[in-house]
Amino acid sequence: MNNARDIGDVLLKVEDISLSFGGVQALTDVTFEVRAREVLGIIGPNGAGKSSMLNVINGFYHPDKGRITYKGTTRTKMRPHEAARQGIARTFQNIALFKGMSTLDNIMTGRNTMMHRNFLWQALYLGPARTEELEHRRAVERIIDFLEIEAIRKTPVGRLPYGLQKRVELGRALAAEPELLLLDEPMAGMNLEEKEDMCRFILDVNDEFGTTIALIEHDMAVVMDICDRVVVLDYGRKIADGSPDAVRTNQDVIDAYLGVSHD
Amino acid sequence: MDLMNILFIAPFLDMADAPVFLAEVVISGVLTGVMYSLVALGFVLIFKASGVFNFAQGAMVLFAALTLVGLMERGVPVWLALIGTAAVMVALAFVIERVMLRPLINQEGIILFMATIGLDFLLQGVGQIAWGSNVKVLNVGIPNKSFEVGGILLNEFDLFAALIAAVLVGVLAVFFQKTAIGRALRAVADDHQAALAVGIPLTTIWVIVWSVAGIVALVAGIMWGAKSGVQFSLSLIALKSLPVLILGGFTSIPGAIIGGLIIGVGEKIAEIYWGPAFGGAIEGWFAYMLALVFLLFRPQGLFGERIIERV
Repeated sequence: MNNARDIGDVLLKVEDISLSFGGVQALTDVTFEVRAREVLGIIGPNGAGKSSMLNVINGFYHPDKGRITYKGTTRTKMRPHEAARQGIARTFQNIALFKGMSTLDNIMTGRNTMMHRNFLWQALYLGPARTEELEHRRAVERIIDFLEIEAIRKTPVGRLPYGLQKRVELGRALAAEPELLLLDEPMAGMNLEEKEDMCRFILDVNDEFGTTIALIEHDMAVVMDICDRVVVLDYGRKIADGSPDAVRTNQDVIDAYLGVSHD
Repeated sequence: MDLMNILFIAPFLDMADAPVFLAEVVISGVLTGVMYSLVALGFVLIFKASGVFNFAQGAMVLFAALTLVGLMERGVPVWLALIGTAAVMVALAFVIERVMLRPLINQEGIILFMATIGLDFLLQGVGQIAWGSNVKVLNVGIPNKSFEVGGILLNEFDLFAALIAAVLVGVLAVFFQKTAIGRALRAVADDHQAALAVGIPLTTIWVIVWSVAGIVALVAGIMWGAKSGVQFSLSLIALKSLPVLILGGFTSIPGAIIGGLIIGVGEKIAEIYWGPAFGGAIEGWFAYMLALVFLLFRPQGLFGERIIERV
């Protein structure tokens, strides 16, 4: 537990978010907030709308209804590159890395929003653009050290094993120096050792950089261990919101996971 | 036995008999190859950065050349006409992004390909309506004298074309591999969704890459136009660059160059030494046969990205 960190004000608030695909209601009136520097877990059975929620937050999906308030600005929808520029970075459930590019280049793309030199300078790779590139390169090397992936710096990520790809994807998200980090099942498909590593990285990121993290995870032991607060979704509705201990004993949550007997 | 002789022995004896002539054939092949490469380069750029196979690249070459000639015929000085044409190609990139690519975002590659076929017809039509369809002479002042080195006849124009192609390729290679924009371009080509998530604005990237392809088309248009006149058939040289792409790989800039050279040299040699055995005129189809062989044995081309599938 990291109770030592001080949880700050509300960084992101989603209110009454509803989203449907044709006739399927993915989210219904979901409201919750994410506070600065906390680790928020979003859990729920398969199809509960967890990934849809992340997609709404970073603008891949535009909700039918509701408001998103991020850093004091309220809007009805986000746009992906806007979200990225405002400090929201994410990883995906099915890794979305640039498979043909090296680990280093993948992580460098994460710094894309921070490159300011104009196109001509960059095209010529001269002067300020070159200095800037080197600065970014140093930042990326720090991330590579931090995630302990020095050995695979030049390897095309398509060739890496699954667990390492997940780590590179985390690195790319970190490269943007995000304020809010969205992790969609960062530990899915990992073995115990890889999970422990990933937990350590997530907690370190939160600790060292004060990054706010919202993560979706199915492994309850992990969620209970690393999250300060947990939001539970079921069939697109929020059914619980509170500390891991409170959520664990919540009857609605138990019913959602285990089913209700009808006799 | 006679057939074996004609196909496998006589051509090599001919080559050995007249080495200077062979060298001339090879050099003329290399220089034609460079011209193919220039067109293929435009294809590779767009394919690399947006995964779109741009059928209209040939039409863009024609359109650029027509615009340039059209401006010059109206008395615009060469340098101004060049800048003007470049501006038109960039404006064209903006329009293509806004009208064609943006509504088709996230569609299958084949749908975008169909759209570029439409673009092909449109550009050919508009270009000829605007500037006329008669054959025009393009003279931008590239020297065109022949001279001899060690008994081999060379042409200044061809050397100039080779030099331009080399410079263009060098600049593009550095641009793609070393700069942040180049990296963003490769990222977009790899995965649209992930590119959006790291904050790369797709639309800007598309405008950039279509602009660059437009400029490359202009360079190709100048070279081909100056060599063989600006006319409708310019857009057909795009077809010759298909086998170049198959040889070189659709995603490789060096591949486009080497593919072009192999096709250029290959078809010249085939025409001169094996042509008589087939009754001549094999220059027209030799490239396609070579491409077919490559498709059978090495579908990703010489330098294309290896197709790795995890299961």
